[in-house]
Amino acid sequence: MMGAFLHSRTLLPGAVLTLVFTFAALISLVWVPYDITVLDIANRMKSPNWTHPFGTDQFGRDILSMIMEGARTSIAVALVAVGIGMIIGVPLGLAAAARKGGLLDEVIMRANDLVFAFPSLLIAVMITAVFGASALNAIIAIGIFNIPVFARLTRGAALSLWNREYILAARVAGKGPARISLEHILPNVANLLIVQGTIQFSLGILAEAGLSYVGLGAQPPIASWGRMLADSQTMISLAPHLALFPGLAILLTVLGLNLLGDGLRDILDPRLRRART
Amino acid sequence: MLQYFLKRLLSLGLSLVAASVVIFLALEVVPGDPAAYMLGLNAQEDTLAALREELGLGGSIAERYFSWAGGLLTGDFGTSYTYRTPVAGMIADRLWVSLPLALYALTVSTLIAFPAGIWAASRRGSGADASVMGVTQLGIAIPNFWFAMLMVLVLAIQLRWFSAGGFPGWEAGFLAGMKALTLPAIALALPQASILTRVMRSSLLDTLGEDFIRTARAKGLTRSQALWRHAVRNALIPVLTILGLQFSFLLAGAIIIENVFFLPGLGRLVFQSISARDLIVVESVVMLLVFAVIMVNFAVDMAYAWVDPRLRRRR
Repeated sequence: MMGAFLHSRTLLPGAVLTLVFTFAALISLVWVPYDITVLDIANRMKSPNWTHPFGTDQFGRDILSMIMEGARTSIAVALVAVGIGMIIGVPLGLAAAARKGGLLDEVIMRANDLVFAFPSLLIAVMITAVFGASALNAIIAIGIFNIPVFARLTRGAALSLWNREYILAARVAGKGPARISLEHILPNVANLLIVQGTIQFSLGILAEAGLSYVGLGAQPPIASWGRMLADSQTMISLAPHLALFPGLAILLTVLGLNLLGDGLRDILDPRLRRART
Repeated sequence: MLQYFLKRLLSLGLSLVAASVVIFLALEVVPGDPAAYMLGLNAQEDTLAALREELGLGGSIAERYFSWAGGLLTGDFGTSYTYRTPVAGMIADRLWVSLPLALYALTVSTLIAFPAGIWAASRRGSGADASVMGVTQLGIAIPNFWFAMLMVLVLAIQLRWFSAGGFPGWEAGFLAGMKALTLPAIALALPQASILTRVMRSSLLDTLGEDFIRTARAKGLTRSQALWRHAVRNALIPVLTILGLQFSFLLAGAIIIENVFFLPGLGRLVFQSISARDLIVVESVVMLLVFAVIMVNFAVDMAYAWVDPRLRRRR
């Protein structure tokens, strides 16, 4: 395992980038360089310097502090959205596989098809039109979109396992489908779920950034990378650093998670090594 | 083939009905009365009732659904609550920006991905392959609206090659219109082109490992002859599927990119309608986009079955 960790070209850089942003988010819970709710108009739109490494925004707020708190928002939204997708999607996938071809399977798969027809942005638009914009609604929109992803993946992987001999043995021993799914199928698809979880996590961060950029995500005073970019747009020619750092933060976080996902897959599931595109 | 077609057609119909019910229920059963919103706080009760009648807001939920869905089928999308004009006309105007933008982006994405993917696969393991893979890794991770802002900063504000946003209208000429859509289309295409390049590369690598390629080489074809005459065509099937799926991401992604460039497309219309609580417009635009997604996926399925007869029997 350790050897594979060192040999993978993607795992180490991916893990490092992911850890950097996770730490930034965690540290922001207890400490940030400057309080971002305090305005400092005298120091507005300062370029990066020794006291403000990433500069300040149009209200004199420290960009580094906002990036740290934004990391918290992005990671929290994407993590919970992946959680929703897994907690609902995985049991649905397991149930569909256990009763393959049955009514339940059919209903679950058709419902999945239906959700797939709604890109997460459209779900967010509908939710916002009804309930208004907030971080919670962004989580729900991205989470709903994740459900069919995990349901399909779980069902597909579980179906191939149901034909294995050790499952037959478990059935002969008198275990029911629910117990077999939980005790024998789930542990064997867990690796796959972890890899997909990393990918959905990175997609969630991109989606959250896009939603808050158009005003459908976290609302002030919660810091968010997408909204920092939206705010910087009209000032981009005067102060390019306002747009540079939040964008880089999104890019590096997503890149880190993608590399981590690639590397994890190489270690956890060698059969899939070529399949990722 | 006919039986498979009819079966898929039936499920297509069911998907459309189910999607329309979901959208209708989600947006129609919301708190707040559009008539009260339009007429303001001091409206008389009988005026409100008359307006509700005019907007088709009277009657039970089922009645309203059938009147809305029936209207959609005949091209009558209802009347906007705020502008008091037919929604169909508003959508048609905006579609003339959003649809060309999505198609333009799809073209850009294909023109980048096909050569790049084939090039990388034919030089597997080389520096060229590694750099193509590295660039696509970045292309997938970059938020496209940020990339759009950077392009505006460099190409529009500093170099002044393009305008920073807005749309002159097709009346200003085809070229002027296309020029205004160029930066948005590139921004929209970037992540999709990266994904497509990777699909093209891995699909081609799979095909190049097949027996018939070895047979072709054994018959005396050179590597590049075998690649172009046999491998590329066979590698296209998964690529076409992804291309179809991407169309829906392009349509949805256009909603965000239109905001960066202040393009008067469907995306802007949706956001204006949300803030004005003009739900009938939101409802119709969402339904239209979901309809497009379902139809494109249907078309891809059909093309797939036509190209690969094995798939017809498998289902």
